[in-house]
This record gives sequence, C-alpha cells and structure tokens, in this order.
Amino acid sequence: MIVRISSENQYRLDDDVIDRVNELDNAAVAAVDAGDREAFQRNFDQLLALVRSEGTALADDDLSASDVILPPDDLSFEEAGEEFTGEGLIPD
Amino acid sequence: MAGLSGRMSTVIKAKVSKVLDKAEDPGETLDYSYQKQLESLQKVKQGIAEVVTAKKRLQMQSEKLEQSVVKLDTQARQALAQGNEELAREALERKNVAQTELQSFDTQVAELEGQQQKLTDSEAKLRAKIEAFRTKKETIKAQYSAAEAQVRISEAATGVGEEMADVGLAMQRAVDKTEDMKARAAAVEELEAAGTFDDLTTLGDGNDDIDRQLAELSSASAVDDDMARMKAELGAGEPAGEIEPGEEPTK
Repeated sequence: MIVRISSENQYRLDDDVIDRVNELDNAAVAAVDAGDREAFQRNFDQLLALVRSEGTALADDDLSASDVILPPDDLSFEEAGEEFTGEGLIPD
Repeated sequence: MAGLSGRMSTVIKAKVSKVLDKAEDPGETLDYSYQKQLESLQKVKQGIAEVVTAKKRLQMQSEKLEQSVVKLDTQARQALAQGNEELAREALERKNVAQTELQSFDTQVAELEGQQQKLTDSEAKLRAKIEAFRTKKETIKAQYSAAEAQVRISEAATGVGEEMADVGLAMQRAVDKTEDMKARAAAVEELEAAGTFDDLTTLGDGNDDIDRQLAELSSASAVDDDMARMKAELGAGEPAGEIEPGEEPTK
C-alpha cells in the first residue's frame, strides 16, 4: 500500500504496518473527538513516525498514486477538528 | 481507511479527476496534463518567491524593533539618570511591548523558513514527476492503442496530479501563514506610526489611547525588574528608592 504524508513524501508500506497505522489513526481521531489535545499530538506524531521508519520512500520520479494520504506534520489540533466538521485542510 | 487520512484522500482524488475529466481523447489528455503540470510548477516557483519576500519584510521589521528596544532602553536610562522615573517607566513599558513582539516575530520567521524549505522540496519532487511524465507520454504515444493509452495516461497523470494537489496544499498553508504575519507586521507599523516608538520627549501626559493599550499589553513585573536593575546600575550602591520623579539625583 502506498501512503503519502502530505507536503513530505510517499512511502510503500506492508499490510501489517498498515494495521498499526490504522490503529493510531483511529486513536488520533478519537482524541480529537474527546478534545484531548495531548493524546491527539502523541498519536499523530507516532503515526507519522511509524510511516517514516517502516515505509520505503518512493523515488521522486515514481508516478504511482497513493492509496492513503495523511495530513502534514504541522497539522494543529484545531485543523484536525476541522477535518471532520468543516472544509478540511483543502477548501473544495 | 477513514479517519484523518480519509478526507485528505477524497478531496485530493476529486481534484485530480476534475483535471483529468476536462480532456477527452488520449492525445488531448497528454498535452493538457503536461501543460497543466508546467503551469503548476510555475505557480510553485511564484509561491516560493512570495514566501521569501514576506520573510524578508518580517526580518526588516524585526531589525527595526531591535533598534527600538535599544533606543528605549537608552532613553529609560537617561530619564532615570535625570530623576524622571515616570518617563523611565513609560520607556520601559514600551520596550517591553517591542520585546514581546520581537520574540513572536522570530518564532514566525523560523516557521516561514520551514514552510519555504518544504515548498522548495515539493517543487523538486514535482519537477521530477513532470519529467517522468514527459518521458512516459512519449512511450505511451509510440506503443499503445488509443484505448490502452487512455488508461495508462490516466494512471501516470494521477500520480502527477496528486503531487500537484499536495504542493497546492503546502502552498496554501504557507500563504495563510504569510497573511497572518503580514497582518501582524501591519499592526506593529500602525503602532509605530501612532508614535509608540517615537522620541520620548514628544510624549504626552500618558493618558492617550496608545498608552492605555501599552499599559495593558506590557508586563508590569518585567518593567519593575528593568527599573530596579537600572537604578542599581546608576545608583552604584545607592538604595534604589531614593531617586524620586522630578528630583535631581544626589551625588
């Protein structure tokens, strides 16, 4: 599976890693819903760290599309909240 | 995967297919995509130039504020040496405002620096992908039938399109940040224009609007600390409390 970290890079990940990514993603979302800033930051940071460490970066001239696109690492707690309620990071 | 990534993926894919849908036949898709890609690269370059300009402006602003801090400190010292504690306090309060602004400027300039770096990296990636697309489109043109070419072009163009959409997002974030900072810089300029950092000899009775704002903004304790330090330095062993406003300091 190919995962992109927005404004950063694309990585190829094995399925077992994807499962862990998914867990952290769910935990980050749950933290946003619960208004838990600290838990959101911790899970989101872990999520990106996992993709960077376990994934193999795609070459710059690789034209493969990503299966999953993660928000950029400077995503704020407020922006994460808007992802679910408002326009999201990218206005439509 | 839903969650944080879900919306990002959906929106970017929608943007990419919107670009691709505009062209119908394979030949057109090729040319249209490639042309769009080059335009997009040009926009990224312009965006980086804008971020650099904004950063330079803020750095100049920051230098000006640094000068104000030094000037106000000197003026406070002079006022205190002349026994004018009231004026010295005023100067130190203003110095405190300038210092607080300065700190936030430095943080923001560093953030802009980071955005600039990200954009530069993104530009290099996008350039590499566009180049790969250019090579691939020649191969596709030469080797495949129209129907097959359509599929392969779409695949390749989606990869570039995703990169374009991603650079677009990075750009948007950099521009938003720059706008915030422009507004801040304008606010500081307004304060300056209103006489905040002017020569202290032109100060009024300390009851105008700017003075009230300043009093609210500045931290009293920092000013008190500064006062005590200056008094100690000037007094050279004399108890600080002996200098009264309007009195000549005793030799």
